[in-house]
Amino acid sequence: MDNLLSIVTFIPAVAALIMAVFLRGDDEAARKNAKWIALFATSATFVVSLFILAGFDRNNTDFQMVEDTTWLMGLQYKMGVDGISILFVMLATFMMPLVIAASWNVETRVKEYMIAFLMLETLMLGVFMALDLVLFYVFFEAGLIPMFLIIGIWGGANRIYASFKFFLYTFLGSVLMLIAMVAMFADAGTTDIAKLLVHEFSYGSFDLLGIHIVGGMQTLMFLAFFASFAVKMPMWPVHTWLPDAHVQAPTAGSVVLAAILLKMGGYGFLRFSLPMFPVGSDVLAPTVLWMSAIAIVYTSLVALVQQDMKKLIAYSSVAHMGFVTMGIFAANQQGIDGAIFQMISHGFISGALFLCVGVIYDRMHTREIDAYGGLVNRMPAYAMIFMFFTMANVGLPGTSGFVGEFLTLVAVFKVNTWVAAVATSGVIFSAAYALWLYRRVVMGDLIKESLKSITDMGTRERVIFAPLVVMTILLGVYPALVLDIIGPSVTALVTNYETALAAADAVSQAASQ
Amino acid sequence: MSADLNIILPEILLALFAIFALLGGVYTGKDGVASTLVWLTSAAMAALAAWIGLTGEGTNVAFNGMFSDDGFSRFAKVVILLSTAAVLLMGEGYMSKRGLLRFEYPILVALSVVGMMMMVSAGDLMALYMGLELQSLALYVVASLRRDSARSTEAGLKYFVLGALSSGILLYGASLIYGYAGTTLFSGIIETAVHGDVSVGLLFGLIFVISGMAFKVSAVPFHMWTPDVYEGAPTPITAFFATAPKVAAMGLFARVMHDAFGNAVPDWQQVVALISLLSMFLGAVAAIGQTNIKRLMAYSSIAHMGYALMGLAAGTALGVEAMLVYMTIYVAMNIGTFAFILSMEKDGQPVTEISSLNMYATAQPGRAFAMLILLFSLAGVPPMLGFFGKLYVLRAAYDAGLAWLAIAGVIASVIGAFYYLRIVFFMYFGEEQAEGLDANKSTILLGFLMASAAVMVFGIINMFGVETAATAAAAALVN
Repeated sequence: MDNLLSIVTFIPAVAALIMAVFLRGDDEAARKNAKWIALFATSATFVVSLFILAGFDRNNTDFQMVEDTTWLMGLQYKMGVDGISILFVMLATFMMPLVIAASWNVETRVKEYMIAFLMLETLMLGVFMALDLVLFYVFFEAGLIPMFLIIGIWGGANRIYASFKFFLYTFLGSVLMLIAMVAMFADAGTTDIAKLLVHEFSYGSFDLLGIHIVGGMQTLMFLAFFASFAVKMPMWPVHTWLPDAHVQAPTAGSVVLAAILLKMGGYGFLRFSLPMFPVGSDVLAPTVLWMSAIAIVYTSLVALVQQDMKKLIAYSSVAHMGFVTMGIFAANQQGIDGAIFQMISHGFISGALFLCVGVIYDRMHTREIDAYGGLVNRMPAYAMIFMFFTMANVGLPGTSGFVGEFLTLVAVFKVNTWVAAVATSGVIFSAAYALWLYRRVVMGDLIKESLKSITDMGTRERVIFAPLVVMTILLGVYPALVLDIIGPSVTALVTNYETALAAADAVSQAASQ
Repeated sequence: MSADLNIILPEILLALFAIFALLGGVYTGKDGVASTLVWLTSAAMAALAAWIGLTGEGTNVAFNGMFSDDGFSRFAKVVILLSTAAVLLMGEGYMSKRGLLRFEYPILVALSVVGMMMMVSAGDLMALYMGLELQSLALYVVASLRRDSARSTEAGLKYFVLGALSSGILLYGASLIYGYAGTTLFSGIIETAVHGDVSVGLLFGLIFVISGMAFKVSAVPFHMWTPDVYEGAPTPITAFFATAPKVAAMGLFARVMHDAFGNAVPDWQQVVALISLLSMFLGAVAAIGQTNIKRLMAYSSIAHMGYALMGLAAGTALGVEAMLVYMTIYVAMNIGTFAFILSMEKDGQPVTEISSLNMYATAQPGRAFAMLILLFSLAGVPPMLGFFGKLYVLRAAYDAGLAWLAIAGVIASVIGAFYYLRIVFFMYFGEEQAEGLDANKSTILLGFLMASAAVMVFGIINMFGVETAATAAAAALVN
């Protein structure tokens, strides 16, 4: 199969098209058909994507299963995976059937809802597989459209503000990246990512509008890409769209946002910023490390005072993404290993946490923490699951959350001890807000009248959580499952990065003599 | 001589067609033939477009260089003819329903198209002015076609007074250029106007001509007429204003800049870059407060002209190619958007309030979705074709060293995205209201809307060959 990647990418889109054209009416049967088609399409995507994993040669650090066709404007339609991207592809295909299953209770405009999610899956998969700058940008930006609609149509009370904020915030970040892409195209004469990775962008310092820019073009391009990825990630201080978007989005939307969409930022750093602009990264890495440390502590503290469960988990996501950026810009083997691991693991854990909120939201239609309490009395299975993911979120050893945090902290300790020290205190805060949330929602006596008749999780809900629990434990006790796949590619990335920096150093020393 | 006539045969045929149609109309004296005439005119234009597009070859100059038929003019003519044919068909139902379908309407449109074809082929300042005035005079009349409406006559009058002013400015510039270059032929002017050696008088002439043409493309600061004329004119006329004349004016702009002043690119580049910048920002900011969709589209077209001018400001072959691609995509989007606006009516009356689209998506999911695609395309969000148009001009501008303009352009596009999103917001997230818009049964409008949306999505595969044609067209103009 020469175009396996395209097949995986476009299965959901084809299903969406079929649904749009052939599915008529809005009665009970049509809704049910829409749900089943979506579930079938996403499951099929997952199954077919397993062939990518099976055919992947983990010792080969080049792009694999490459498809390459010329496209307009001298661009290419080029797809491929390597050790860095393949797990994100798997994460996306793995999560989507669960997301669809979690939306089984949606009753308004079901067909459009499913089409939006299927299109979103195609676009997300495209982001992780695209090997052409503009193709990447197209997938990256196009994802805003279905997400804008998901928040705007099926969201909560303040959904319109949240959807506009989400769209314009991320759009503004991305257009700056587009300019940098145009500049790269002009400089290198190609948009092929594989070729750009070995192209050396100029890093001679110059003055622009009276400001001395160390690292020259590389720094400017780094900043332009940073504007996009930092917003997407999201990093402090440009994270403010995320809590709004999360709170207003429907449960499934929040899960996709936390589990997959945020990872595009981290993936972008690893695919573009670090390897293509090593000098620019080196110049700004200390700043990014401190921003990450501040993010971890600050958002953990903010999470402590939240009244809304989703908002609390959203802030905890920002904190956990802080570990990711910290690991990436520590720029050593443990750091990047840890960052990718943390992103995968956060995909499962935060996805599960939003699903946990969804379970009780479906029953009580409120996310206020104060509206709950003592759920353990009526919902033992739920209490168990929620407990498990709370612990995983805190980073309890034995769960996947621990591995990622530990690796990134080790990595950053080697680079900057103070950042590591500050970030580690964030781990304690995260235990504080997560356990406090758990205590307020689940523990205690069941005194609220409205909760007296609440029911425990049904079979569908248990089935959704089962794979997430399995993956969280599996990665927690046997992290090599992930690290073996990403290892060689990460080693190559780090080696290239250090070689490029050494070369730049040699040039600047030769110049100063 | 007969070789000369042979080269302008398409223009002659269309002019003859208009004259005979006028005779026929006057002779029968009935507006009943108007409907047939609209179809005939559309068919004639489509046939001419096919003829010009498929058989035209090489560069042919007629009348000692006053008229040139080259790849560039053929590209522009095909776009002008096809978009006019589409707009005529779209408007037919609307016009006849409101009693506006007079037989003069298709004839005036055909005459203005003859003027546009002259404009994009002009090789001389006289030919330029002739084409421009033939186009404009016909447009002034159609703008006020609804004689019993104060708004429509106001629109026509405003357009006429301001248009006459701009024509005067342009003419004054042309006379200055003639005075300092000693010739009205572009091929002669380009010998005199060499960068670093341009006399002040010639420079003044250049600026005046640019001002006159900026008025025709409705670029800031010569844009003031656009919202009022767009709002006042009957919607099918507005649709026409937003498409073919814009292409013709941009084509003329590019032709004058490159054919007559191609050796003095730095002298006009800064001016064009500045009006491009102003247009993009004014179009983006001023549209935010609009409640009338026609006014909104007026500001949207101002912003879009800003982007097209960005391609022109590059002053390179890539820039012209980008401008042509951008204009083609722009026209394709606007045809779909206006097909949608034409179908907006309530109790048989046309509605242009944006808020009337509240929850349109539940009543008409198919149309709403097509409009959604068009709006995101207008905003320049990938994967729609509108994004590739923007990418083209950004690339041309960056390559020409106008990085600042490219950065400003993308920031303006974020501001502009807001008002397109606002229409999506009304259609999809709004409040349920008692009675929505009527279900429009016109299959023509539905067809154009859907086709335009489909082009925006599937065009990204290969742009239907427009790219190759635009490359050839730009190479013919810039050498």
